[in-house]
Amino acid sequence: MNPALTQGAQRRFKPDGSWTTLLETATREVFEIMLGTEVAIVPRPVEGPSGNVMAVVGLAGQLCGVCSMRFTLEGAGRIAKKMLGTDQIASETEVKDAVGEICNMVAGNFKAKISNLAEGCLLSAPTVITGSDFSCHPLTDGESFEICANFEDQRVWVILELSG
Amino acid sequence: MKSIRVLIVDDSAVIRKIVGRCLRHAGIDLQGVMQASNGMEGLAVIRKGAVDLILSDIKMPAMDGLEFLQGYRTLENAKNTPVVMITCEGSESRVVEALPAGARGYIRKPFTPDQVKERIAPLLEGLR
Repeated sequence: MNPALTQGAQRRFKPDGSWTTLLETATREVFEIMLGTEVAIVPRPVEGPSGNVMAVVGLAGQLCGVCSMRFTLEGAGRIAKKMLGTDQIASETEVKDAVGEICNMVAGNFKAKISNLAEGCLLSAPTVITGSDFSCHPLTDGESFEICANFEDQRVWVILELSG
Repeated sequence: MKSIRVLIVDDSAVIRKIVGRCLRHAGIDLQGVMQASNGMEGLAVIRKGAVDLILSDIKMPAMDGLEFLQGYRTLENAKNTPVVMITCEGSESRVVEALPAGARGYIRKPFTPDQVKERIAPLLEGLR
């Protein structure tokens, strides 16, 4: 068995109050570096996460759970165009590829910011869900962290849900 | 510096495109940029013709970056070609596995064009 998973069974990382800030920083950095765009973290809208495009990355080991991001169709399309460096409309495949990579990078960047965690937590390949009427219900029983960002007037949600 | 042929191996077409853009931004004289979406395809590209530099993702379906490293070392026209790994993991443990297997360095996503340039510039010196 992978050492990260073995260690995870032995010792789970306990979240602390700084993790929301770390998630915000991880998100900002990925957008700045990969898209050359600043995103502003905005107060959480009352209605909660929404958007027709969702990217999900699983975490296993000392940090176990799900990191997901939700985007509007428009926002996801703009992200793909920025990443591709084109003004042309990105194909559906390119959009899914782009948001999956963004979610993967946010999750990787977040865990890199937690001291001594990087070696003990593995990320899954990203999965992208699209549709107009769905909810995501990770069967985790631990803490969750949620941030909402504004990317070119489009909402981007980043949600980290952990197992206890 | 001579004009070089680069192979980018990554299951994300978007990342392959970004890496290609970074190489152009670095001012590298590119004779060609070949692409493959996993290690197996990467080996097939090399079998068709030698390349001067390889950038490979670690986590890929079908054949991952570490298996690709093992495979490409057996190819006569590639065994001395420098390989730089690309990883999204905050962890360096998989990169640590990649270095003894033949990788000459790694780039962690997210990356800037300057970071890509910084990582590959010393390798290109050897191609002069």
